Amino acid sequence: MAAVSATATQSTKQAPGLEISPAGSDSLLLKLSGAWTLANPLPSSGDFEEALGTGESVRRVAFDTAGITEWDSGLLTFLLKIESQAGERHIEVEPEGLPEGVRRLLQLAAAVPPKATHKAEKPRNFIAVLGEQSLAFFSDAKATVTFVGESVQAFGALLRGKARFRGTDLALVLQDVGPAALPIVTLISFLVGLILAFVGAVQLEQFGAQIYVANLVGLAMAREMGAMMAGIIMAGRTGAAFAAQLGTMQVNEEIDAFKTLGIQPMEFLVLPRMLALMLMMPLLTIYANVVGILGGAVVGVNMLDLGATQYFNQTQTALGTEDFAVGLFKGSVFGVLIAIAGCMRGMQSGHSSAAVGVAATSAVVTGIVFIIVTDGIFAVVFNALGI
Amino acid sequence: MTQADAHITVTDLTMAYGDFVIQRDLNFTIRRRDVFIIMGGSGCGKSTLMRNLIGLKAPAKGQVSIDGKNLWGIEPEQRERAMRRFGVMYQSGALWSSLTLAENVALPLGEYTDLSPAEIADLVSLKLALVGLAGFEEFYPSEISGGMQKRAGVARAMALDPDILFFDEPSAGLDPVSSRRLDDLILELRDSLQTTMVVVTHELASIFTIANNSVFLDPETRTMIAQGDPKTLRDHSHDPKVTSFLTRGEHE
Repeated sequence: MAAVSATATQSTKQAPGLEISPAGSDSLLLKLSGAWTLANPLPSSGDFEEALGTGESVRRVAFDTAGITEWDSGLLTFLLKIESQAGERHIEVEPEGLPEGVRRLLQLAAAVPPKATHKAEKPRNFIAVLGEQSLAFFSDAKATVTFVGESVQAFGALLRGKARFRGTDLALVLQDVGPAALPIVTLISFLVGLILAFVGAVQLEQFGAQIYVANLVGLAMAREMGAMMAGIIMAGRTGAAFAAQLGTMQVNEEIDAFKTLGIQPMEFLVLPRMLALMLMMPLLTIYANVVGILGGAVVGVNMLDLGATQYFNQTQTALGTEDFAVGLFKGSVFGVLIAIAGCMRGMQSGHSSAAVGVAATSAVVTGIVFIIVTDGIFAVVFNALGI
Repeated sequence: MTQADAHITVTDLTMAYGDFVIQRDLNFTIRRRDVFIIMGGSGCGKSTLMRNLIGLKAPAKGQVSIDGKNLWGIEPEQRERAMRRFGVMYQSGALWSSLTLAENVALPLGEYTDLSPAEIADLVSLKLALVGLAGFEEFYPSEISGGMQKRAGVARAMALDPDILFFDEPSAGLDPVSSRRLDDLILELRDSLQTTMVVVTHELASIFTIANNSVFLDPETRTMIAQGDPKTLRDHSHDPKVTSFLTRGEHE
């Protein structure tokens, strides 16, 4: 090898070449030379097709590969294309001229014939997609109703004292959805109170009615934003976590293991999670209300020169018990909705890691949609009832 | 084979996901104290068949009968009771990840027996010792190796002294020695506790060591193409697919 180093390096760098020449009356000779590696731009099999296109008479294809200095999968894919083009025209390919390794690999690739897997999907038109989506919507709605029904049954079992789950599990989830969520709820509610106060202050200052910022912030937090912000935070934080936990258990067949032992996953896994959220969401809502009002007070005291006492007195006169009750009620309902969305998507999760991701995403989306739609309905209903 | 010997009877079973048929027209009988292998190439529906047998999935057509009772022709409560007589070792172990090994094994005992916590603890230690995991009671599933998780899965499956033990790919992902130990365990349990064993696997070494009966599922024709003792099938079957499978394609 040492003796030919100069020419050898020259030739390994030589670009792959393809010469097609007729050999005899009914055959073609493909002369391959140079480095047939993926690192080089390889000749296209189109030249071969062109050469074939002219004459119907070609019956055989042979190779001369003496000039090839090195090769890898690039040569193989080229040859496979040649083979399939030749096969379409019922032209015989004579592999004798190919390097032995190439011949063996081509044989190996052809050893197991391609299977008809019915995987090729037909292009679907708009109507078909619309139809499928509608069907999917209805089956999803049915699944939701079924899940709610099963949850109610599980709660029935709980009330009869027959539900089977572990107290320690409940305690763990309670810790996770309650105290552990406080920092983020604090931050968001405080900022929302602050922002509401800013927005109000700009308008109300024009009339010299700065003091009513307290009313605005108090009412908005207590009736609307406290519950809604806590809900959205919990949907993103806890709903997704529930879906991911249950989805992973689905992947690991842990849920199947419960079923074979006759233990209801609805009771053992879903019930403690739902209970925890239902207990903690009202508390979080109250907490968010208080922190939001504090946020408003910071703006009122520092920007609008209102006294702290004055601000809180104003808040107190503006807010009735029913305002807090409305928020509390909403918070409790949102808790149930988030728990349903999170647990349902987790239990519906498929058996792969991608499916768990889909379940978590879907849990958040479903949770937030549930919250906003329900809040809209509440707004109309409360208005009609005059609450 | 007398009728009284039949433990699980599968009649005209068709399994499908929606319109997609996995296997059709399955007919076979698993006798008491059989070590019965469900085998076949990848993707032929071995695990799906197991899910049908253990009552996790309803058959599209046909019947699965345990002791002569059709699993899907009885009330859900009865089916649940029948399922409790099964022990299942899932492919990945499927241990409950939030519980320690001891709690995993203890959970079914606590649910379905009136034993005191101390008695349960003794039983748990025994079951874990039987699978070679004595001393690992307080470990969580994530803290032990894959092979140990499988063995812990066996311990949990044995918790209620089931009549039938199902194993989904017990030797997949195990080193040869652990795999051999698991085989020995299966045979030992069959001999000492008279348990019927149903094993989904395609490990030839394991098949020839433990099995005395089997069914061979074919992914192309979507039905069973052989049944009986794998050793007999290997030496006497006339179906090239079966002999090829059982000899690693060496006698094609």
